[in-house]
Amino acid sequence: MRAYIVRRLMMVLPMMIGITLISFAIIHLAPGSPTQAMTDLNPNVSPESIVKLRQMYHLDEPIYIQYWLWLKKVAVLDFGDSFSQDARPVLDKILERLPITLLINILSLAVIFLISIPIGVLSATHQYSYFDRIASLFVFFGFSMPTFWFALLLMILFGVWLDWLPISGVVSMNHANLSPYGKFMDYCTHLLLPVSMSALTSLAGMSRFTRQSMLEVIRQDYVTCARAKGLSERTVIYKHALKNATLPIITLIALSIPGLIGGSVIFETIYSIPGTGQLFYQAVMGRDYPLVMGSLVIMAFLTLFANLLADVSYAMVDPRIHYE
Amino acid sequence: MSDWLAVAGALIVAGLFFVAVFAPFLVQHKPEFINAKDILSPPSAEHWLGTDDLGRDVFARMVYGARISLSVGFVAVGIATAIGLVLGALAGYFGGWMDEIIMRFVDIMLTLPTFFLILAVIAFLSPSIYNIMIVIGVTSWMSVARLVRAEFLSLKERDFVNAARAIGVSDMGIIFRHIMPNALAPVLVSATLGVGGAILTESSLSFLGIGVQPPTPSWGNILTQGKDYIEIAWWLSVFPGLAILITVMGYNLLGEGLRDAIDPRLYR
Repeated sequence: MRAYIVRRLMMVLPMMIGITLISFAIIHLAPGSPTQAMTDLNPNVSPESIVKLRQMYHLDEPIYIQYWLWLKKVAVLDFGDSFSQDARPVLDKILERLPITLLINILSLAVIFLISIPIGVLSATHQYSYFDRIASLFVFFGFSMPTFWFALLLMILFGVWLDWLPISGVVSMNHANLSPYGKFMDYCTHLLLPVSMSALTSLAGMSRFTRQSMLEVIRQDYVTCARAKGLSERTVIYKHALKNATLPIITLIALSIPGLIGGSVIFETIYSIPGTGQLFYQAVMGRDYPLVMGSLVIMAFLTLFANLLADVSYAMVDPRIHYE
Repeated sequence: MSDWLAVAGALIVAGLFFVAVFAPFLVQHKPEFINAKDILSPPSAEHWLGTDDLGRDVFARMVYGARISLSVGFVAVGIATAIGLVLGALAGYFGGWMDEIIMRFVDIMLTLPTFFLILAVIAFLSPSIYNIMIVIGVTSWMSVARLVRAEFLSLKERDFVNAARAIGVSDMGIIFRHIMPNALAPVLVSATLGVGGAILTESSLSFLGIGVQPPTPSWGNILTQGKDYIEIAWWLSVFPGLAILITVMGYNLLGEGLRDAIDPRLYR
């Protein structure tokens, strides 16, 4: 167990270096870099930012020295100053926006867990029933839905026509004057749509996966054995089968994290939520390269650690697995 | 899943091909024709899906947009499949350090939040339709590589491979002439599902204003232009979204149907 965790931790460093290598390669797509003189004419980029870019990433040095100089800065999370008006350090800008993005993603994960597992289990135990068919249909819609479009329509429906929910931001104008309960409800109404929309796609995938995993487990001998010794169906399903069926879901959660984080860009833009996704979008639109690079690397590191957490907890909850 | 759903998927896909190929014969108006006297008019016999803020016929723009959206889907998936096939084959066939390096690269690519990666690349390049095809392709080959590697791991132990080796076929010959054709079935399924995914990604990018650039119509950018008028001209936002939904669903249904047909083990 401990050996496994240590080995898994040792994998993190090469992975981080890999992430920085890929990110570094992206800088070289930029106009003004020695390899891409053609795109110097790109009208979206001002000459000053090309000069700044050259200085900041030492684009006149040989490529391995450029990477080394950049890596030394990344190692202490120094991504330089933003190209935007305020010229603040990139790290500060990202860190102050991170909590709301993390909150929305964690809430989405909770929603995904709480809804998809019951749907998957019921679909499996009542295979080919009406419930199962409706759930399958829902899964197909969830997979195929352009969620940004759906999010937009729901925003108009609930925010404008019915006027039940606020349409943007995280808090209302009068937030400071509300009672503690009022403040809490204010957050809830603001976050309801963003969280449910960001959960939608993974919800479909996860229900499908739970169903499949449950179908496999309930055909196994130990489940038949539990039935044979006269346990109630409820105990068989929820105590014996469910535990084993849900274990692989932890791995799937880890795999869905990059998608969730990527989705923040869309939902935070639609619902004007001041998180890292929106910040990143503004950075991309404004060609604020240090901020783009900083966000990319930090988000990739966060995903890496979320994966690590999922792997380690998987190893801890599954006593059948012995990692040598 | 019942067969009629797969057939429905196939019909949707075939119908879209028809629309994309015969676009000029299906529309009464030119997609780029601006008519200042007829802006934001609701669906009618003259303009089946209404007109947009410049008086352009939405139906015509959607029909031409199908060409763009489908070609982005196909080229992106083509790129992803080509990369995935080659890397997966090399990793599965040779094993050892080659396998180790390729699979670690796959892990790293899976760790990068794809949408952040795509946007970062687009920030450094210009958002032309070719760049978008390439970027979506280069960021979505990982599942194909894993799939192909798994197929190669089991196929390379089979007798026909030993036989080919015994008569002196080169490694590349064995990989591409003998094993690859046998590994293509699951790749076809994942490619079909992938087209839906790529169309979704392109439309999200266009929605954020960094996809296919106007005036070239794509479903995503028609939707983006329409969203500012959503309260007075619902048809500008509703129809392109529906088109995306139905298209992606068509590819998903077809893909799932193919999977059921090809691989009875995955019987659900």
